[in-house]
Amino acid sequence: MTLFRHISNLADLIPDGAHIAIPPEYSFVPMELIRSLIRRNAKDLKVLCVPVGGLAVDLLIGAGCVKQVEAAAVSLGENGLAPQFTNAVISKKIVMKDSTCPAIHTALQASEKGVPFMPLGGIIGSDIEIHRDDWRVVDDPLDKGNGPILLLPAIKPDLAIFHSPLADRAGNVWVGRRRELVTMAHAAKQTLVTVERITDENLLANEQTAAGTMPALYINAIAEAEGGAKPLGLTDCYERDSDAIADYAHQAKTDAGFDDYLTKAVYPYTRLVAQ
Amino acid sequence: MRFKPEELLISVAASLLDNPEIKHVAVGAASPIPGAAALLAKENRPDLDVTIIHGTANNMFTDGGRELFDCAGQGRIHAFFLGGVQIDGQANINLVGTGEYPNLERRFPGSFGSAYMYFTVQNVILFRPEHSRRVFVKKVDFISAPGVSDARIQRNGGPKALITDLCLMSFNSASARFKLETVHPGHSIEEVLDNTGFDIEIPDNVPTTNVPSEDQLNQLRNKIAPEIAKTYPSFATRIFDIKSAA
Repeated sequence: MTLFRHISNLADLIPDGAHIAIPPEYSFVPMELIRSLIRRNAKDLKVLCVPVGGLAVDLLIGAGCVKQVEAAAVSLGENGLAPQFTNAVISKKIVMKDSTCPAIHTALQASEKGVPFMPLGGIIGSDIEIHRDDWRVVDDPLDKGNGPILLLPAIKPDLAIFHSPLADRAGNVWVGRRRELVTMAHAAKQTLVTVERITDENLLANEQTAAGTMPALYINAIAEAEGGAKPLGLTDCYERDSDAIADYAHQAKTDAGFDDYLTKAVYPYTRLVAQ
Repeated sequence: MRFKPEELLISVAASLLDNPEIKHVAVGAASPIPGAAALLAKENRPDLDVTIIHGTANNMFTDGGRELFDCAGQGRIHAFFLGGVQIDGQANINLVGTGEYPNLERRFPGSFGSAYMYFTVQNVILFRPEHSRRVFVKKVDFISAPGVSDARIQRNGGPKALITDLCLMSFNSASARFKLETVHPGHSIEEVLDNTGFDIEIPDNVPTTNVPSEDQLNQLRNKIAPEIAKTYPSFATRIFDIKSAA
């Protein structure tokens, strides 16, 4: 059963210490929910970037909400290094579990299938594998002469969170071709979604929309948040605001600049809360 | 016709894709020059499939982030570009940082999908404009992806070439060694050697890199620039002085 919540209290469903999966910058990042987490002063979050992180995780780190990050990479894309992530890793304010993109996808697929681990090719000989105590390299267990192979433990996040253009009243959510969101939701114990708008039409009633829809079965709560991915882009809704992100990339290089950014761009977003 | 250094690098990368074995080239994160090169190569080879991940422009994938890797694992991606904060003489690449991991002195974004793509894509083209001893080191501080593997390890792909601001090199996985192929106009073999921290093979004859033709430059500026702007607007504005059409 999907609950419809107000955006101002959706973040209350994410407890301190929760293990949360966040999509990559090209895929429906729930920025307003991230800002809500900062406003409610969330602590000790373990963030899984699926599979790379950007502005969302950098903001959470800078605001002191994060204990651990697992990612294949964290950056602001064309706007360069993620400054708060970079500083926090160097100063060891956070635990960084370095991974590689397909390892994160595969470990989530293990949870999708309800199996405890999955094999993945390649990677052997990388220092990523050497520094991951939870990964194992085994000889071909089927004795077919395929040599060593890497086993990855299933990743089962407490929560998957994302923002979508559209949900319906039954709690079904449009994801289009952003299928990593489906993998995330299948793997996670719960999924919270923010949406641009809610339609009265059932998205599963039409074959064309059904194919790009995640059914309500996997979704625990939905809140409306217009512009909820900004300043990042949302496919077919709005473009990434490069100037705003460049501004962040510059300011967030220092802690004082980061605090100014929070004051200017995160705390005043009370307009939505007041609705 | 005058050209920018970036346009030379795009034409060098495009020339490496002019290979009938390469039917599908994919371009990963933060790679505007390789992306432009793939689109330029397609101008003269309409049969070439180009996938630029991130966003929907020039991207046929519909199965989420994993499709790039699944597609590579199936042997359906024949060329891919990778970079490196450091690259060493055995073509090990480091995308994580410098210093003794996890006690890093400088941290970079991370390994992305390199540790998998290096094993599964036959023609990996290393692309690192900054040609210096800071980048081209004797031994990388962290191996994001190893250049070569021993025979027991299943491996269908690996590095084939390295493009820098100074030159083009090839990589031989049997000898685990780079060989200088061409030096870009205005640069010398001595300059390459002075700025490379590892041993490379220097053949007797090292030609000068072909410069982009007038046709290529026209294609690049008029047709490719607005396409690459859809994925890399800042790059397209800086190099081609155009705004994203999107």
